[in-house]
Amino acid sequence: MIHLSVFDLSFAALLVVALALTSARIYPGLARQLLFAALRTAIQLTLIGLVLKALFANSHLLWVGLLSLLMLAVAGREVMTRQHRRFAGRWGYGIGVVSMFISSFTVALFALIVLVGNEPWYQPQYAIPLLGMLLGNTMNGIALALDRLTESAWQQRDVIEARLMLGYAASEAVSGIRQQVFRSGLIPIINAMAAAGIVSLPGMMTGQILAGIEPVEAVKYQILIMFLIAGGAGFGTLAAVHLAVGRLFDERQRLRLDRLQR
Amino acid sequence: MKLFEARHLSCAELSDLSFSLSASELVCLSGPSGAGKTLMLRSLADLDVNDGSVYLQGVQRERISPTEWRRQVGYLPAESRWWAETVGEHFPRLQADILSQLGFEDEVMGWQAERLSSGERQRLALARLLSNQPRVLLLDEPTANLDPVNIQRLERLVTDYLRRYQAACLWVTHARDQIERIASRVLTLDTHGLAGPVTGPEETPA
Repeated sequence: MIHLSVFDLSFAALLVVALALTSARIYPGLARQLLFAALRTAIQLTLIGLVLKALFANSHLLWVGLLSLLMLAVAGREVMTRQHRRFAGRWGYGIGVVSMFISSFTVALFALIVLVGNEPWYQPQYAIPLLGMLLGNTMNGIALALDRLTESAWQQRDVIEARLMLGYAASEAVSGIRQQVFRSGLIPIINAMAAAGIVSLPGMMTGQILAGIEPVEAVKYQILIMFLIAGGAGFGTLAAVHLAVGRLFDERQRLRLDRLQR
Repeated sequence: MKLFEARHLSCAELSDLSFSLSASELVCLSGPSGAGKTLMLRSLADLDVNDGSVYLQGVQRERISPTEWRRQVGYLPAESRWWAETVGEHFPRLQADILSQLGFEDEVMGWQAERLSSGERQRLALARLLSNQPRVLLLDEPTANLDPVNIQRLERLVTDYLRRYQAACLWVTHARDQIERIASRVLTLDTHGLAGPVTGPEETPA
């Protein structure tokens, strides 16, 4: 494996700086955002590198569990802040966290215990990256789906209520919206699976190949990851939409948009 | 026992409204705009959070499922909404007699919902509501966009319906002449609450 030096990385960073300088003329705010994000990448990844290094040297279930929960908490915040109209109170944070927990953690456990079958199963070298990839993709699916659900319910409130007035059940009154929302949550992973290997080489596999792993081995891991992500993101989106639709209506099946806030 | 009765109905901007409707009764509801007539109808159909007890044939609302309640207590908003492509997709079943009384042929079911005029929308929305065969009609200015011929058709349809199904109707209107034509009773809602004879004639048990 060829080691990268700080010099190599700085050279790559010049590319981002050049882009920022160029775009500063068109949109100064965007250039600042770009540099800030790049800086965050460097700092956050360095930190997680150090954390993982320490964790690998000291693989204890408690530490792995704590880091997993921290990752979940941050992902939950991210889902919440991406909502244009989110549920007021604890639900705004809770729906995302609960559905990510159900899907990502279950799928990660399944993969670690049944598929990878390491001893011990929580070995951080496998557990953390796997959970990270699952959480990241599930988070995107859930954030997208929840945002579309609340926004569509808001925009189409008259139609939803018109159906309720005619005696439709709440689930029937939002069935079209729910379909669209579920689709929007799943489309990213469907597209990724359809294009994998032809249009794009997935990042994880590319990383492994660059790090010197034999391509066919890398491919097997990538297929595994893709399927796990599809399951995690799909079931996570399903759970989030289910919980959110439940919260949009009350026990008398009234549309409760007052439970949303901007 | 009254067909429909509300006791101490309150919601965000209304407080303590009580009244009842008897079978075959058509009660007009009027009052200054902003007094909460629409809110009152929405609460009766259980679309907004509200307090108080509402009874249909002596059965309290909470003992009836919300979907069944809204089929029985049919609310017609001032603005109707159409979501599917054709008119027919909005109807649970074809009601040729109702449609013809409103001046439509059966082929209206194949019409594009988007291309309906406001008067057609209003008449078809009533037909759509009646196809659930509700016992109580809550109509929010149902003739606001209609010409005299269609106003008359719609009034006759509703009064026929009330007689045939022993149903009751609360009809929001401001038109004096309309009230004189159709109302068996008149209630007014203003900032002080409901005024007028809040109960109708006693019903003889069937």
